[in-house]
Amino acid sequence: MKRADDFEVRRQHIANLTDEELYARFWELTDQVVDPLLELGKKNTTPSVERSVLLRMGVSSLDCMPIVNHAIDHGLMGKGCGHCVYKLSKMEDISIRDASIKLAKGEGWDKLVEAFKGGK
Amino acid sequence: MTELKRNEKLDIVNILKDLDKYEPRRRGWTWREKAEDQHMGPFEYHEISKPLKQSVPLPPAKFMEDVDPQPMQTITTEIASGRFEDDIRRMRMGAWHGADHLMVIRHMGQSHIDGLMEGTPQGIGGVPITRKQIRAQRKAIDMIEDEVGRPINYHSYISGVAGPDVAVLFAEEGVNGAHQDPQYNVLYRDINCVRSFVDACESKKIMAWAGILQIDGAHNANATAREAWKVMPELIVQHAINSRFSEKVGIKPENISLSTVPPTATPAPCVYMDLPYAVALRDICDRYKMRAQMNTKYIQSSAREATVTHVMNMLISKLTRADIQSTITPDEGRNVPWHIYNIEACDTAKQTLIGLDGLMEMVELKKDGPLREMARDIKERALLFMEEIVENGGYFQAVQDGFFVDSAKYPERNGDGIARKIEGGVGYGFIFERDEDYMAPVTAHYGYNNVEQYGGDPENPSALIGGCTFEDRSKIVYIDELDENDNVNVRLEKVAKYRTGNVITPEVEWCGDRVIMITMMLPINKRVAEAAAVELGKKLGLVDPEVISAEVMQDAEGTRIELKGRVDFDIDLTTLEIPPEPHYMSDKELYDEFEGHEHMKVVCGTVGEDEHSVGMREIINIKHGGIEKWGIECIYLGTSVPVEKMVDACIEENAEAILASTIISHDNVHYKNMRRLHELCVEKGIRDKVIICAGGTQVIPEEAVKTGIDMGFGRNSHGIDVATFLAEERQRRRGER
Repeated sequence: MKRADDFEVRRQHIANLTDEELYARFWELTDQVVDPLLELGKKNTTPSVERSVLLRMGVSSLDCMPIVNHAIDHGLMGKGCGHCVYKLSKMEDISIRDASIKLAKGEGWDKLVEAFKGGK
Repeated sequence: MTELKRNEKLDIVNILKDLDKYEPRRRGWTWREKAEDQHMGPFEYHEISKPLKQSVPLPPAKFMEDVDPQPMQTITTEIASGRFEDDIRRMRMGAWHGADHLMVIRHMGQSHIDGLMEGTPQGIGGVPITRKQIRAQRKAIDMIEDEVGRPINYHSYISGVAGPDVAVLFAEEGVNGAHQDPQYNVLYRDINCVRSFVDACESKKIMAWAGILQIDGAHNANATAREAWKVMPELIVQHAINSRFSEKVGIKPENISLSTVPPTATPAPCVYMDLPYAVALRDICDRYKMRAQMNTKYIQSSAREATVTHVMNMLISKLTRADIQSTITPDEGRNVPWHIYNIEACDTAKQTLIGLDGLMEMVELKKDGPLREMARDIKERALLFMEEIVENGGYFQAVQDGFFVDSAKYPERNGDGIARKIEGGVGYGFIFERDEDYMAPVTAHYGYNNVEQYGGDPENPSALIGGCTFEDRSKIVYIDELDENDNVNVRLEKVAKYRTGNVITPEVEWCGDRVIMITMMLPINKRVAEAAAVELGKKLGLVDPEVISAEVMQDAEGTRIELKGRVDFDIDLTTLEIPPEPHYMSDKELYDEFEGHEHMKVVCGTVGEDEHSVGMREIINIKHGGIEKWGIECIYLGTSVPVEKMVDACIEENAEAILASTIISHDNVHYKNMRRLHELCVEKGIRDKVIICAGGTQVIPEEAVKTGIDMGFGRNSHGIDVATFLAEERQRRRGER
């Protein structure tokens, strides 16, 4: 977009604001800009968010990417990759680490798809 | 942990041992503390922080009881040569010169790597950030902070498509500060904007948990804009978006730091333009910390020019507010920074900030006039910018419509902003909506997390798995090396000979790189001078000589050249002849000689057509530790004393020695005067009775003695050197030595 300088026209409605009012108005607008961004973060996840969850669960960094890729392939990202590892460890009564190693190798995914069926 | 000794090198090989067991000693950022006692040496300061246990003071400190006052501002130095093992030694040098914020630039391309890097591969333009590399550096920094006696903050980047992964790594490994700004990903790395902000929520939540100080990336808009002084309103908008966003995720305002740059540089009237901007920004972002970055946009290859820009920028810091002072190295315009320039920049910061200590007790910024009018103008433009983002449909739409980094001063638009598609960029298509039963059993996870389905506590999700790595470090999986050829052990093996202590070679960034720099003035135009300098480098035997800076003195008369190149040899220290350190007689021995044994009278003065008197006064004056202290009687003849008069006075006074000061060295006149002194004494038949000494900044003792006199004293000589020589020479002549 190209636009000539229209500052004098554009500023009319704020020209009489005190510095304090200007400050308040500025941050009110900033909130309006950032609030939707915060909402996006609450409702969504990404491969890197899920890898960071897996890392915190004690999964090797080398296994994080394969687990996320398998979760995407099996349509389970909406459940959470950490959730997948947790669920398999419960279902098979194995440690989180062992469950993660299995899932990284591509094992156990069909079982998980079955188990998550019906969940929203 | 091994304690460092000031005269011993860091043992890199030892640092690399047992890293699988290393645990960071703390988390979170540490600010400097104000010194309770503002006295130091002969001075009263006003805002210095607690002093260091050990440090390298500024050069003039030797005249001021060796004081090394430390400013209140945290001082940053950016160290990342691509080989972290060499950077560790630079970090130690930086800490000794006052740096307490060590920032490691990442390997080029790491921001596009999906996941953590492991091992210790060599980097380009920075260091591959890995768990092993962080542990090695943090472990070394633990030792260095104990050595200097001040906590040191360690810092790198949480950005790119693996931001949250890196945030976890940093939280686990006690990294204290990090750059985190999703706008940077979007604008400069073309990472999908939705992805960047979703990732940023997670990264910031983790940073909040670990107390990591956040620095934003807004200053890059300044570096990228065509005319940097026009981008001020947008800079405020970018700072505000990231800061507010971070605060709402949970980072405390005191851990949110703006990376702010004075936008312009001379020959613009930069303070007149930058000061109102700095005031406006601090008025608006008063809740947050200020990390004063320096202007890099206009740095050319002159280290002098870059240093002045740095100083001008710090004047702005001082007139307004800065909590962290950055020190871009003055060689950034031409090199990957070298050791010496990191250190130089730290010294520049310390020198300037201490030089301006207490300034604001004496001056204040005017409350009206152009400063406030211009600041108000910038604030209004920033507000209107933010208002238009909202009216236009929000942040992503604004990015897509090219709102940012437009070269015109808002609200004027040139239509050349960086536009990024909402549905595009790296990582697009990898955003997944969380289902109702979405769950993540970990600490510091942002957003919706249904742990209740398993009876978990939303306040403590990781309890479901008995704690995550944030509660139980033993769960962290440590990976040593992945590449058997590209790792630190292989690199260290190649330069092992330099660790034996027997061989040395010059170094600018890497052990054994053998690079040196030569400065010269070639009396010819720039283009010819550049070619001639390279030829000169070749004739000197330099490998790959390259001109790194050329400045015109006058189009025809000359060019100042800085040339770098590599030497192709080492120096064998085992065959090196090192002259013995000068020794001094004790006060008692000197008193015994000059007061106890026999009184001594000397004549002294500055010889020739030379009006310098300071040096000689330092040598003789009791107040400056001069030779009078030990009872030597000095007959001072003044300046511009003819050589003949010195000798005549010696005879007249029946003096035992002549001390001649000779500063002017043009055409070797200083050595000619020494020879004349010697010859005249021979002619008058007193040479065997008189000790002749001469001193001056350009005097080389060996050369002085060749003229026939008894001793020469060069730069940095003091009364004690002269007194010791006089006493020993006297004893030699008495046959006692």
